[in-house]
Amino acid sequence: MIRNNIKSDFPIFSYWESRGKPLIYLDSAATTQKPLRVISTLEEYYSQFNANVHRGTYELSQIATDIYEEARSKAAHFINAPQPESIIFTRNATESLNLIAYAWGLNSLKEGDEVILSEMEHHSNLVPWHIIARHTGAVLKFIRMNGDYLLDLESLKKNLTRKTKAVSVVHVSNVLGTINPVKEITALAHEAGAISIVDGAQSAPHIPVDVQDIGCDFYAFSGHKMCGPTGIGALYGRYDILEKMEPFLGGGEMINEVFPTTSNYAKPPYTFAAGTPNISGAIGLKAAIDYLEEIGLKDIEEYEMSLGDYAAHRLAEVEGIHIFRPHTTGTGVISFTIDNVHPHDISTILDSEGIAIRAGHHCAQPLMRKLQVQSTARASFYLYNDKSDVEALASALEKSVSIFSPRRINVVK
Amino acid sequence: MSLSDLFTEIIIDHYQHPHNHGLIPSPTHSSRGYNESCGDDIQVSLIVEDNVVKDAKFSGAGCSISQASASIMTDLVKGKSLDEIKELSQKFYEMVKGENGEPGEEMGDAVVLQGVAKFPVRVKCATLAWHTLEEAIKK
Repeated sequence: MIRNNIKSDFPIFSYWESRGKPLIYLDSAATTQKPLRVISTLEEYYSQFNANVHRGTYELSQIATDIYEEARSKAAHFINAPQPESIIFTRNATESLNLIAYAWGLNSLKEGDEVILSEMEHHSNLVPWHIIARHTGAVLKFIRMNGDYLLDLESLKKNLTRKTKAVSVVHVSNVLGTINPVKEITALAHEAGAISIVDGAQSAPHIPVDVQDIGCDFYAFSGHKMCGPTGIGALYGRYDILEKMEPFLGGGEMINEVFPTTSNYAKPPYTFAAGTPNISGAIGLKAAIDYLEEIGLKDIEEYEMSLGDYAAHRLAEVEGIHIFRPHTTGTGVISFTIDNVHPHDISTILDSEGIAIRAGHHCAQPLMRKLQVQSTARASFYLYNDKSDVEALASALEKSVSIFSPRRINVVK
Repeated sequence: MSLSDLFTEIIIDHYQHPHNHGLIPSPTHSSRGYNESCGDDIQVSLIVEDNVVKDAKFSGAGCSISQASASIMTDLVKGKSLDEIKELSQKFYEMVKGENGEPGEEMGDAVVLQGVAKFPVRVKCATLAWHTLEEAIKK
């Protein structure tokens, strides 16, 4: 159950309330607000335990190292990874996906090899592959999306060949809220001898994730989209694959021995840990995971889905609205357009009512073209939103429609 | 900030019924402008003779502010010299950022876009057409 007073865990809401401008935050797919517990953890770390990790020979550094490594274990447990060593800390899901593309793709792909993506990818699972394809001569293919905004697995089956080396898909679409059948996609990829990569930026915060059940070889997620700080993310990688990969970045921490012209590397995850890591970020991520796990991911999922369904029904009453959301598996993400009112204008009108939404292409330009729109407006809900936010959104949208209603004077012209 | 400062009747009228909308078949100057953050996309085409704009049109799609701004701009620049246009565009940028006080008469209908100064996130929308025009006349 999501507590009625859950908003009070997040200080940003009382701050704006006290300034007489209550915040209705509907942009959690971009980044989530932070509970006090996560914010205080950062302060506590810097005021009590700050030291560099893995290299100090004194007690404080050992404490910092222990709590940093506890965060890795926590992240592993959160997605049911088989061991903490299969978790690499990164800046965010984007860096996690780039790490795979460079450290695995650049060294494993040859000319003519194929990587299969989908038509609903975020730029972070497109552009790294564009770069790697240009370097290696690999070919990119796409799983098609059907009219109900679901991936068409028949088109995946048709695209899989002996040349397919990787299938990389988004778990939950940041535009459509579609939950993709990544377990089935992974099974098909493995059957064809390809590895399976899952972009979990929008799934880890919202639904229970079990990478062993999915069976995927890589899973990427971001801390800031799940109540954690910005600048911390993680990549799960199957350990035997990580062991065969080249480093992503070179420097301190990731080495075993260094000579003037050569070096050899530490074992994973440290192969991929060049430089002082984001220690406070990892500890903040652990606090965020503790917070979400206490509430329960299953409960968060159910709450958001029912709020998403409620919002989709309520918004459907707005004149001229088009909602891009599947009928069956949507989360709390609702993208829409309204006839004669541009998404950017909608966003400005909503902003004047204290409602924060996103308008634009959502880092998914190919998907926008597929939907035949230049941009959409997007409201994305999280555990601190409720039906009153939906009501405020719907009535502000009705106001947008009335501001841009066709003028009678123009009909006469 | 009040919405009525931004979405004035004149702006909404230009948005819903843009002037000079379309492409000039054989322009002497043209350019395309794109606003990455929101996807607004504009094409400006001109006929320039003896350093004076004889005709100006725009096409593309975008929000009310970008479209109304382009509509008003294409009205305003017809009959003006390229030097006058360069000066006018600088004054326009100052106006929508709220710099240098009240705009002068030379801004014509473009004064209705003054309200943009109170909405900093919309400045890029208002200036897209003018930046695209400047690119076109540079060529």
